Amino acid sequence: MDDVAIKVDRVSKTFKLPHEKQTSIKGALINLARGGRRSYERQQVLKDVSFEIKKGEFFGIVGRNGSGKSTLLKMLAGIYTPTKGSIQVNGKLTPFIELGVGFNPELTGRENVFLNGALLGFSRKEMSHMYHDIVAFAELEKFMDQKLKNYSSGMQVRLAFSIAIRVNTDLLILDEVLAVGDERFQDKCLTVFEDFKKRKQTIVLVTHDMNSVKRFCDRAIVVDEGNLVYTGTPQEAAQKYSELNFPQVFEDETAAQDAQHVRARIHQVNGKQSSGALLKSGDTVRLRAKWDHNPAARNVGVAVFTESGQYVFGTNTLVDGVKVAGNELDYELKLNLGAGNYYVQVGVFGESDSEKIYFSHRAVSFKIVQSSGWQGLTNLEHAWK
Amino acid sequence: MNRVQAIFSKQNRALLAELVRTDFKLRYQGSFLGYAWSLLRPLMLFGILYVIFALVIKSGDGIPHFPLYLLLGIVLWTFFTDMTAQSLGSIVGRGDLIRKIRIPRWMIVFSSSISALINLGLNLIVVGVAMAIGRVGVMDTIVFFPLLLVEIYLFALGISLFLSAAFVKFRDLGFIWEVILQLGFYLTPILYAMTLIPHRFQKIQLLNPMAQAMQDSRYALVSHDPRVITISRVFDDGWYRLIPFVVVLLVLLGGLAYFKSQANSFAENI
Repeated sequence: MDDVAIKVDRVSKTFKLPHEKQTSIKGALINLARGGRRSYERQQVLKDVSFEIKKGEFFGIVGRNGSGKSTLLKMLAGIYTPTKGSIQVNGKLTPFIELGVGFNPELTGRENVFLNGALLGFSRKEMSHMYHDIVAFAELEKFMDQKLKNYSSGMQVRLAFSIAIRVNTDLLILDEVLAVGDERFQDKCLTVFEDFKKRKQTIVLVTHDMNSVKRFCDRAIVVDEGNLVYTGTPQEAAQKYSELNFPQVFEDETAAQDAQHVRARIHQVNGKQSSGALLKSGDTVRLRAKWDHNPAARNVGVAVFTESGQYVFGTNTLVDGVKVAGNELDYELKLNLGAGNYYVQVGVFGESDSEKIYFSHRAVSFKIVQSSGWQGLTNLEHAWK
Repeated sequence: MNRVQAIFSKQNRALLAELVRTDFKLRYQGSFLGYAWSLLRPLMLFGILYVIFALVIKSGDGIPHFPLYLLLGIVLWTFFTDMTAQSLGSIVGRGDLIRKIRIPRWMIVFSSSISALINLGLNLIVVGVAMAIGRVGVMDTIVFFPLLLVEIYLFALGISLFLSAAFVKFRDLGFIWEVILQLGFYLTPILYAMTLIPHRFQKIQLLNPMAQAMQDSRYALVSHDPRVITISRVFDDGWYRLIPFVVVLLVLLGGLAYFKSQANSFAENI
């Protein structure tokens, strides 16, 4: 039990939704005559969910909107109580369901830091120890004595986020926090996450961003329609999540199963060893695809999509006139792409395109940051004459 | 014992201090006179009521130091209404926190009660100054005054806990409570000497803990004149005079029990 940070045991949650509503006195009286009870509709949001989070683990919770993951999170944080089952937490848990809860625009930045700290369960003394670090990370040293209402929204978010990640706690819960700040601040946050991982800080991350799940999480769960549908590796959780989001891609079930039989990863960036989850526009990456040995394999395809599912580019060995031998292949690609998130599909085919042997919908994902000022999806070769 | 320790744990004390501090900073934000309003508001109310009831209507019935009698009544009643009215909306008003952070729910009601207590403290300074100006001698019965304040506080706390929890589900309560307070303002002997009331009704009137505590406070601080009617005088030391204290105890326990039964579902119901 000692290495368990959170134990969720057969937890269910049902909400009572009152049937709205008597707008007339007559209606209210009729209702009163029936015994005064309002009628309720019961909505079960979570069904018999069990899992454990170990100490030092970076744990992901993934699910679509309305899947019940926020309810689950609020129960972990002690905000909701489970209808059935139990949740045990070992250690001091600090939840960030939303950044800057309790921030007051009429108070100064400094006062808000201490107020926020107190709300999260830290004494003034503890907060003064962390204060400097928080302000430095937010890069707001000069603004701390100004009222929060004079901050830009970006500055407010930076301050709130700095509190969230600079707080000394056993267990940190972060909900959808990666979507804040400008590009540079986001990169800074990613570095902090790397640091958390190294320090073995226990973290529960709730997000839609499969890149960060794959990059940071040690384990992840997928929640759908109140059920725990998957517990295990972040790669497969991401895969499962994609299936839930784009069911049409996985019309035939064997294809989904085959995902684990073909794998790909980035192993070089600009000729140097790197796993390259964060790339610059114009970088050249080398992908290595591997698949389970299969004598029927004749053709390997690689396709790049934007996060929103737009098809950017795809080709295969057959088109390019390359012969497939063995069960491994390197593929070099110059990423003349605009800033954003992308993922790569890899498929192994037989003689014809329709003969799918193995297929991975999201074999690799990566993020591009842009250094120069052109706009659009791709940097077309161009010249001014 | 552990639970009592948990209530006064380091985090909870820090949170309480921070909530009260913020509340105070924000209350008079942007107003020219700032904190002075904490004193000016009851003083101005006192001024108006003094002119009407001490000078025009003469509802004091010859009680010595009637202005002080009046002032003390107003200060205690202001505390009671401030605390209950502020607490009533406190849980709903902090709904944002309750839905997103795990803070002890009672802390929110407790912090608004502390704000009201601080205001009471400031107002009692005014009472002290008024005693000095009016050359009202300090009597040995003053030692009972703090106990009476505790009684009023616990009564108001019980009501506050109940109101704040019930208001989450029944928003009509805000209006209802306003009316009840208005009624209470006249049923409690704030503005008049109780000698103006028939003896039968005096008995009923003093079963209300606010009326009993207010009269006892006046007896303790202002005057032992027989026209300052207290519950002991009305009931001739019979056991009936304990009824208000029983009422306070029941209200406090009832409020606590109801609040506790509701606290876990605040986040869902707000």
